[in-house]
Amino acid sequence: MTENNTTQQDIKHRDDHVIKKLLSTVGRPNPIFKIWIIALLVIIFVGCFAYYRQLRFGLIVTSMRDYTSWGIYISNFVFFVAVSLIGSLVSSILKLAKVKWSYPLTRISEIIAVAAIICAAVIIIVDMGRPDRFLNVIFYGRIQSPIIWDVLVIMTYLIISVLLLYLPMLPDIALCRDRLKNISIWRQKMYKILALNWQNKPGQLRRLKKTSTILEIMVIPVAFAIHTITSWLFATTWRPGWDSTNLGPYFVSGAFMLGAAVIIIAMFFIRRSFRLEDFITNDHFDKMAKILVLLSLVYLYFNINEYLGPAFKMVGVEGEHITELFSGDYATMYWLVQIPGLMLPILVMLFKFGRKPFVVMIVSFFVLMGAWFKRFLIVIPSLQHPYLPIQDVDESYLHYYPSWEEWAITLASFAGVLLIITVLLKLFPIIPIQEYINHQDNGEVQSTDK
Amino acid sequence: MKKNETKRFTRRSLIKYTGLLGLGSILGVKLLSCTSSSKPGGKMIKVMTPEGKLMEVNETDMSMAHPHFANIEESRKGIPGRKFVMVVDLAKCKNARECIRACEHHHNLTPDRPFIKVLEIQDNPRSAPYWMPKKCFQCDNPPCVKVCPVGATYKRSDNIVLIDNERCIGCRFCMAACPYSARVFNWGKPKQSQDVTNIKYSPETSTPSKIGTVEKCDFCPDMIRGKKLPHCITACPNGVLYFGDANEDTVTNGEDTVRLSKLLRDKAGYRYLEELGTEPNVYYLPPVDRLFPFKDTKA
Repeated sequence: MTENNTTQQDIKHRDDHVIKKLLSTVGRPNPIFKIWIIALLVIIFVGCFAYYRQLRFGLIVTSMRDYTSWGIYISNFVFFVAVSLIGSLVSSILKLAKVKWSYPLTRISEIIAVAAIICAAVIIIVDMGRPDRFLNVIFYGRIQSPIIWDVLVIMTYLIISVLLLYLPMLPDIALCRDRLKNISIWRQKMYKILALNWQNKPGQLRRLKKTSTILEIMVIPVAFAIHTITSWLFATTWRPGWDSTNLGPYFVSGAFMLGAAVIIIAMFFIRRSFRLEDFITNDHFDKMAKILVLLSLVYLYFNINEYLGPAFKMVGVEGEHITELFSGDYATMYWLVQIPGLMLPILVMLFKFGRKPFVVMIVSFFVLMGAWFKRFLIVIPSLQHPYLPIQDVDESYLHYYPSWEEWAITLASFAGVLLIITVLLKLFPIIPIQEYINHQDNGEVQSTDK
Repeated sequence: MKKNETKRFTRRSLIKYTGLLGLGSILGVKLLSCTSSSKPGGKMIKVMTPEGKLMEVNETDMSMAHPHFANIEESRKGIPGRKFVMVVDLAKCKNARECIRACEHHHNLTPDRPFIKVLEIQDNPRSAPYWMPKKCFQCDNPPCVKVCPVGATYKRSDNIVLIDNERCIGCRFCMAACPYSARVFNWGKPKQSQDVTNIKYSPETSTPSKIGTVEKCDFCPDMIRGKKLPHCITACPNGVLYFGDANEDTVTNGEDTVRLSKLLRDKAGYRYLEELGTEPNVYYLPPVDRLFPFKDTKA
């Protein structure tokens, strides 16, 4: 009994230390953060001005025209949908597989998922010619249209992701409520309301565990569905490059690869700016890099699958499309996506030195850039190769160079994602404290048993 | 007392007379709209009868039969019992572009968003190029209708695919889905006069155009309801375009009225990209025995 008591006291002491350390990131004043947030707000403001111009003059302010009727708004939308998939990768797949080292990353990944899916939904409204008629989607929605499938599944994913972020955070919010006393009143109130009277009671814990497990399982099919259905927006048409049965798994595998890269980048900067070296270790980078290599190999497989058939046959407009990608106007972008964006991570991260935090972060940036331009290559060149030749049109119809308004809005959407992530990271503990402690305790119990 | 009675009488009679007047005026307008008077003089105009026959009538008579205005509900149903088709005789087209001009004029379009295009097509390096007038094919299995999230574009019982630009949300999925690039978008505020923007909108006229919505060739259902041919058919100087009703098996180019089945059989009519399974309602006759050598027609 007494022995037990002392170990429990030790544990309690250590837990207190962990709690104190992890709670210290919440709302810690920092001048660099203020500059960062102001910079993001400025970018968002410029984007809002560009959108005001678009609302006033119409989509004419973009470089989209008939033929190239979808542009970087849509490719950016696909990109953000892809980013949002990491939520399910880390907080669900790895968790259900009982990959223990991934626990500290769950909240970060879930925050990124929520931020990305919100901005994906916003960017799709920006792309609409008549955003004022958005409610027509509800009034006149046709369930036969893939767009409606996408709307439904994105809403579902958003709700599940928010719940998957929020519910497991309840014990930590309660910690914020109980332990953070010298903070502003509105924040005290916010934690009090958000904690939903969480008291760490056995019944509450039991229900939370059950709910979390259900959500973790539920999010997997929905996550696959969001990106598969997004691929069907393209695959259900007759366009070269889109008319492919491979598109669903191609999109999903690409999204997982991008997701792993995004989480690595996030880990690097969060670790540095919040001084979380004890919790996000070099080992985490090593393991995430290995996951990234695996996901890149899967994506490489689908990538070869996507291009080999059409490139071997070179049928009509499909052949023209392939030629344009391999050696035409889009060749530079295509090979940049393929080599630094896909081959490089596989090659570099196979070696141990390539899995060091800084190297992994740099390579992940290449993956991120490659993934963005890959979405550009998916959307735009296909539209420029219709069955009937493009004739009698203004020169501007033949090419697509996004206008400043499009770039401004796209950058603003990135800034929006980063802003949501920053605010959430500042408001809540970044590492799931309760979960971390539980796992450490369990780990110790197991080791003493041995 | 007496004063009061007279007053009551006048009020009653007022109501009575007003009622009668109202009824009378309604009946009168109805009667007026039904009567047709033939005035002498005026230009003779070719029209197609509901039986598919072509006849010439006085222009002044035509003004009585005002093109029918179809409200949104009516324009979703289509004209009962009809199956409209078009046939394009590629042997006759010399790229006169009168169809484009007439269409532009009547739909108040600007050249950057044409409903009709005349494309230069060369099937293979050894065959001679030819001109291919192309508009919406009014498919029986329309990809655009399938993908529309709000039912703003729809297929009617008379083969016509229309767009309700008061419902369109401007997602442009239909433009991505159409394999024939038949659709145009109002990227900016459409350039049209105040008179045009004041016209009451009907999907059958596609007028006025609205910013942020999709448009395309509509087969001019307002003209058909007014027992007239679509503008492009009458505008073509070479009789390239035929319009008619598949149920009646008749098409006309404004001069000749022919059996649709015989025309397609004799001249090996085909539909563009049949293999896509979209079932277009625009047929092409191959460019054989051409009326004009291609070189001379290339402006």
